[in-house]
Amino acid sequence: MKHLNEQPNSSYIDSLSGGDSIFKAKLIAVIKKEFPEEKAIYIKNIEAKNYEEASGNVHKLKHKISILGLEKSYEIAVDYENNLDEGNTTLKDDFESILENITNYLTTI
Amino acid sequence: MNCIIIDDETTARVIINQLCSQIKELNVLEEFPNAIQAMKYLNQNEVDLIFLDIHMPDFTGFDFIQSLKNPPKIILTTSDSKFAIDAFEYDCIVDYLVKPILLPRFEKAIQKAKNFSIKEEHTVLNTNTETSSGNDLYINIDRRLIKIDIPSIYLIEAKGDYINVKTEDKNYTVHSTLKKIEEKLPEDLFLKVHRSYVINIKKIIDIEDNSVLIKKDVIPVSRSNRPELMKRLNLL
Repeated sequence: MKHLNEQPNSSYIDSLSGGDSIFKAKLIAVIKKEFPEEKAIYIKNIEAKNYEEASGNVHKLKHKISILGLEKSYEIAVDYENNLDEGNTTLKDDFESILENITNYLTTI
Repeated sequence: MNCIIIDDETTARVIINQLCSQIKELNVLEEFPNAIQAMKYLNQNEVDLIFLDIHMPDFTGFDFIQSLKNPPKIILTTSDSKFAIDAFEYDCIVDYLVKPILLPRFEKAIQKAKNFSIKEEHTVLNTNTETSSGNDLYINIDRRLIKIDIPSIYLIEAKGDYINVKTEDKNYTVHSTLKKIEEKLPEDLFLKVHRSYVINIKKIIDIEDNSVLIKKDVIPVSRSNRPELMKRLNLL
């Protein structure tokens, strides 16, 4: 498993908000609600070995990964998404570690 | 410009809406989490611009574009760049934005949309002068009857309340069922191989295990339909 040593950040969210604290709060609330739902669907599909569906879930989660500034993690997600389309799960642990990283970060904002 | 946003991800819709709010000329009329809802809206409303996610379950952004008879300007939004080449096949696509979208890039896309004019559709449908020869099928899209040459159909797939009719030239999304269209198609040419798929057996490229390859589509063959498919083939 790769150790990425990168932490999520809110640079993109701050830039998009442009000082609009109401929008920033709204966006964070949407991410906090949607991320665990998407993660749960991914886990359900991966456990059921529905790799094609899981690939679609990874695709959707990729956007959250990039929003939170995780550039190296994003690259892993891209590879994992492609691998899953071929039934290859070798990057599963790396990807799930990224999900945990984000889960922890979302509790702090 | 009146616009709508189609994206199955709430976060993406919130972000695009925020970006639109930064541009004076843009007026977001509606947001949709899937293409089907948007199609229903577009049947009754006109828009100038659509922000469209490519990767959506059941009905992709490209399926959606192909279902529109007179598509407005479209800006694709996606999490990867691998579909960029496909986007060039559509005259209505103004730009291709890779998420996460930054304001300067978004502004550039809007500028392109302002300067963009959609090329006129070159297909002329002489429905008033041509009569059905028995090889034609008329489908109702956006209140227009469009003639399709039946042998050119290679695949029909069920998508909820809609069917996607794929032909050599174009794909059409129609509010109908597989059962209804099956009744209109010649039995010797078409076969239901799965509860969601009817195929033109003349267009099969190969068959492997429980699937057939037609053009670039790999179609599952259900166990119960496989014997009939094998019977129809000219096996050596």
